[in-house]
Amino acid sequence: MLSLVVFLPLFAAVVLAAFPKIPDRTARWAWVAVTAIEAALVGVMWFGYRTPAAGQLGYEEQVEWIPNVGSSYHVGVDGLSLPLLALTVVVFLACAVYALKEDQRPRIQAALFLFLQTSCLGLFAAQDLILFFLFFDLSIVGMYFVIAGWGHGNAARSALKFFLYTFLGSLALLLGFIGLYLYAEPHTFDMVELAASAPLDGNPVAGGWVLGAILLGLAIKTPTFPFHTWLPPAHTDAPAIGSAVLAGILLKMGTYGFVRIAMPMLPEAWRAWSWLIIAIGIISVLYGALVALAQTDLKRMIAYTSVNHMGYVVLAVGAAGVAGSESAREVAVTGALTQMVSHGLITAALFLLAGVLQDRAGTYDMGSYGGLAGQAPKFAALFAVGAFASLGLPGFSGFIAEFQIFAGSIGTVPATALALPGILITAALFLLALQRLLTGSAGKKTNAVTDLTTRELLSVGPLLLLALLIGVFPRPLLDLIEPAASTVVVLLGR
Amino acid sequence: MEMDNGAGMEFLAVAPEMIVLLGAIAALLSGSFLRRDRQWISRVIAIAALLAGAALAGIAFTQPVRTVFDGSFAVDVGTNAARLIICLATLLVIVLGIEELTAGPQESETYALMLLSALGAMVMSGTSDLLILAVGFLLASIPLYALIGMNRSATGAEAAMKTYLLGAFSGIALLLGVTLLYALAGGTAYATLQTGLVDMPAGVVALGLVGVLAGLVFKAGAVPAHFWVPDAAEGSTVSAAAFLTTVPKIGALVAIYRLLLVMPSSVNWPLLIGLLAAMSMTLGNFAAFAQSDARRLLGWSTVSQAGYLLLPVAVAGLTDLALPSLLLYLGGYAVTNLGAFAVIAATGRTALEDYRGLARSKPWLSVALVVSLLSLVGTPPTVVFFGKLTTFTAAWDGGLAWLVAIAAINTVASLFYYLRWIMPAFQRTPAPASRQVDRPQARRWATQTAYAAAVVIVMGALLGLVLPLFDGPLVR
Repeated sequence: MLSLVVFLPLFAAVVLAAFPKIPDRTARWAWVAVTAIEAALVGVMWFGYRTPAAGQLGYEEQVEWIPNVGSSYHVGVDGLSLPLLALTVVVFLACAVYALKEDQRPRIQAALFLFLQTSCLGLFAAQDLILFFLFFDLSIVGMYFVIAGWGHGNAARSALKFFLYTFLGSLALLLGFIGLYLYAEPHTFDMVELAASAPLDGNPVAGGWVLGAILLGLAIKTPTFPFHTWLPPAHTDAPAIGSAVLAGILLKMGTYGFVRIAMPMLPEAWRAWSWLIIAIGIISVLYGALVALAQTDLKRMIAYTSVNHMGYVVLAVGAAGVAGSESAREVAVTGALTQMVSHGLITAALFLLAGVLQDRAGTYDMGSYGGLAGQAPKFAALFAVGAFASLGLPGFSGFIAEFQIFAGSIGTVPATALALPGILITAALFLLALQRLLTGSAGKKTNAVTDLTTRELLSVGPLLLLALLIGVFPRPLLDLIEPAASTVVVLLGR
Repeated sequence: MEMDNGAGMEFLAVAPEMIVLLGAIAALLSGSFLRRDRQWISRVIAIAALLAGAALAGIAFTQPVRTVFDGSFAVDVGTNAARLIICLATLLVIVLGIEELTAGPQESETYALMLLSALGAMVMSGTSDLLILAVGFLLASIPLYALIGMNRSATGAEAAMKTYLLGAFSGIALLLGVTLLYALAGGTAYATLQTGLVDMPAGVVALGLVGVLAGLVFKAGAVPAHFWVPDAAEGSTVSAAAFLTTVPKIGALVAIYRLLLVMPSSVNWPLLIGLLAAMSMTLGNFAAFAQSDARRLLGWSTVSQAGYLLLPVAVAGLTDLALPSLLLYLGGYAVTNLGAFAVIAATGRTALEDYRGLARSKPWLSVALVVSLLSLVGTPPTVVFFGKLTTFTAAWDGGLAWLVAIAAINTVASLFYYLRWIMPAFQRTPAPASRQVDRPQARRWATQTAYAAAVVIVMGALLGLVLPLFDGPLVR
C-alpha cells in the first residue's frame, strides 16, 4: 500500500514522458487524476492508521536491497511522517489543479511534478538512510529542472544556485549518514535500528562531528540563517507551482530530518548542542521577519517569512533538547510538527496567489498594485485569509502551532522568548502587504489583475480551508502527532 | 600426461585473455585482406571476441580462486571483475564508434589496437608478479599511443607525442621500481615481496613502490602523471577518447590495489595514496571548470574520477568493503563515462556551446546526457552514486575520514562543470546557425549505446544485489 502510494506518481511520470503523442489536455487531466488518486489513497491510509507502539511503524514494508552495507528498502509511517505525507498529496493536488491551463510543455511539466511527488513521498516514508538520501537528492534534481525549465527572470542562475547549495547540503548529510553507519554495531543504515541504538552516545567528539554534518545538511535545506541565501532567488524565479512545492514540501525535508534522524539517533550530541540550535532558531525567526519586512517584492517577502516560520520549528526542536519537564518538551515538538503542516498549507497557498499576480501583470512588485480589493474581490479575500493565517491569527493552524512552540519552549528555555517579537514583525509585514496590495488607490498594474478563475479558486481554496479546519479542530491532527512527539522526546532524553 | 593436463588447466584459467588476443590477431589479419567496405567483418570478429571474453570471465566467477603459472597470475574476484568490465567496456567503445570508424582508413587496425590494449589492462589487473606487471603495462600502453595518433590531426599528433613521452618516462620509473623491489625482496612474485620486504629499510621499499606507482598512475590517469589525458581525449577520435579514459584505468587501479596488499606496514602507503587521490580529484575538478570542449571536460573529469577511485585503493585490505567498492565504482564509472562519450559520438558536437537546444531537437539523447552526467556527479540512484557511497564508507572505515571530506567537497564542486554542459542543452534558444553542426546521417549505433548506457546507469538501484559478487579474497 505504502509503496504503491510512493511509486504511483513515478509510474505515471514515466508514461507521460515516454509518449510524446499524448495530447496536452490529456496530460494535464491525467496529472490531476493521479494526484487525486494519491490524495484518496493517503486519506484511506490515515483512516486506517492505528498508532503503533513506540519505535514501531504502520504500513511497514522491508525488502533486502544492499546487504553488503546493511541497507534495505524499508518504508513505514508513524505520527511524524503521516501528516507530512498527507500534506504532500494535498499540495501536489493543488498544484495540478492550478496548472490546468499551463501552456508551456504541460506534458513534461506534469511528468516532472509527478516525479517530484514520488521523491517527496518516498522521503517521508523512508526508514533507511540511503533510501532517505536517494529521495532527498532526487527532489533537488527535480526542482532544479522545474526552476530552470519553467521559471522566469534569471531562472538558469537561480536554479544553479539552488542546485549547488542544496547539493552541498546533501553531501554533508551523506557524510553524517556514513558516520552513523560506521559507529553502529553491527553496521547499518536502518533508521529504526539506529534510533533504537543511538550509536554515537558516549562518544562526544565523533558525535559532535556527525551531528554537525547532519545539521549542516538539514539547515541548508530548511533553510535557517545563515544558510538561507539560495532561497529568495530560487523562489523569485521559480514558477508558482514550483514555489508552492519548494516552500510547502521541500523545506519540510530539512525540519523533518531533525525529528526523524538527528534527534532520535544522536540524542547526546543533540542535547550538548541544543543551545546552538536554539540560537540559530531565534536568529532565523528575527532575521527572516526583519528582512521580509523590508521587501517590496511579494514573492521574496513570502520566501523570507518561510525562513521566519522554519525558525520557529528549529527553535522548538532545539528547546526539546534542553533538560526540563517532559510534557513541555513534548508540546514543543508537537508544535514544531504542526507548524510544518501549517506552513506547508498556508505558504503554498500564498505562493499560488502570488503566481496569479505574475500571471496577470507580470510582476511581483507590491508597489505596482493597490486597490485590488475592489478590482479582484475573490483574490483579495483569499489573500487576506492566507496572510492572517500566516501571521498566526487564532482560528488558523499557524496559531495552534506557534502557541504550542512557545508554550513548550519558554517553559524550558526562557531565552526563547527573544523570538516573540518575530510574531509581531510578521503580523506587521503581512498587514503592510495587505494594505499595499488590496487597499488604497489603484497601482499601474492593478487594472491587469482580473479576479480568480474557478480553477484557481479550487486550487488555493482547499489549502486555506484545511488551515482553517486544523485551526478550529486541531484534535485529529494532534492525536496523530502527539504519540510520535512523545517518542522523540523519550529517545532524546536517554 | 599429468603435466599436460596441468598446463591445459592453466591455459583454461586465462581463457578470456586468450580469446581477446586471438580476436586482436584475427581482426588485424582479416583487416589486411579485406576491401575497405568489407572491414565490418573485422569488427564482428572483435565484438565476438569481446563477448566471448566477457562470457568466459563470467563463468570464471564460479571457478575456484587460485593462482596459475607459478603464482604469477591470480584468478580471483579482482581479476574476474576487471576482465568482465574491460571486455564489456571495450565492446561499448567499439559499438559507439561504429559510425565514426566505418570504412575509415584504419578501421580494423583500430579494433586490433583496442583489443591489445584491453588485453594489457586485463593482464595488469590479474598479475601477481612485477615482471608480468611490466609486460602488461607495455602491452596496455604501446597500442594506446598508436590509437591516439591515428587521428591524423595536429592536435592528435601532439597528444600522441605527449602521451608517448609521459608513458616512456613512467614506464622507466616502473621498471626502476621493479628492479629495486626485486633487489630487496629477492624475487618479483607478490608472495615473495610480502615476506621479503618486511625487514627491509622502509625508505628504500618506499622508493621502489613510488617507482612502480609512477607507471601505474600514468595508466590510471591520476596525478601526477595525468597531463596526457585531457590532450588525448580532445585530440583523438571520439571512440579512442572513450577508450583511453575508461579501459586502462580499470587495469591500473586493480593492479595498484593488488600491489599495496603486499607492501609492509613500515611504509605509510595509505597516506601516500590518499594524497594522490586528494590531488587528483581536486586538480581534475579545478581544471575542468574552465573547459569549453566536451571531450576535454570529460578528460579532466576522468582525472578527478581517478581520485575518487583511489579512495578504496588507499585502504586496500584495511576494510572489508575496500575491494567490492572499488570494483563497483570501476564498473559504474566505465558505463557512465562511455555513456557520456556515446552522446558526443551520437551528436557529433564537441563544443559545449553546440549543445544548446539539444533537448528540443533530440529529447531522448539529452535525457541520456543528463543521466550520464548526473551519474558522474554521483546523484542517486545512478551507479556512480553507489560507487561513491561504498568507497566513501570504505575509506572512512579504513581511517581516512579527512580524505572522505575532501572527496565530498570535490563532488559538490564537480557538479558545477557538469551542469555547464547540461544547462545549454535545455536552453530554449538553439545554437546560432553558424555553429550548428551539420550531421546528415543518423548515428544510430552511437545513439543506441547512449540509451543503453543510460538505462544501465539508472538501474543503479539494483546494484546492491550485484555487490556481493564483487566480494571475495584476492590471492597471490
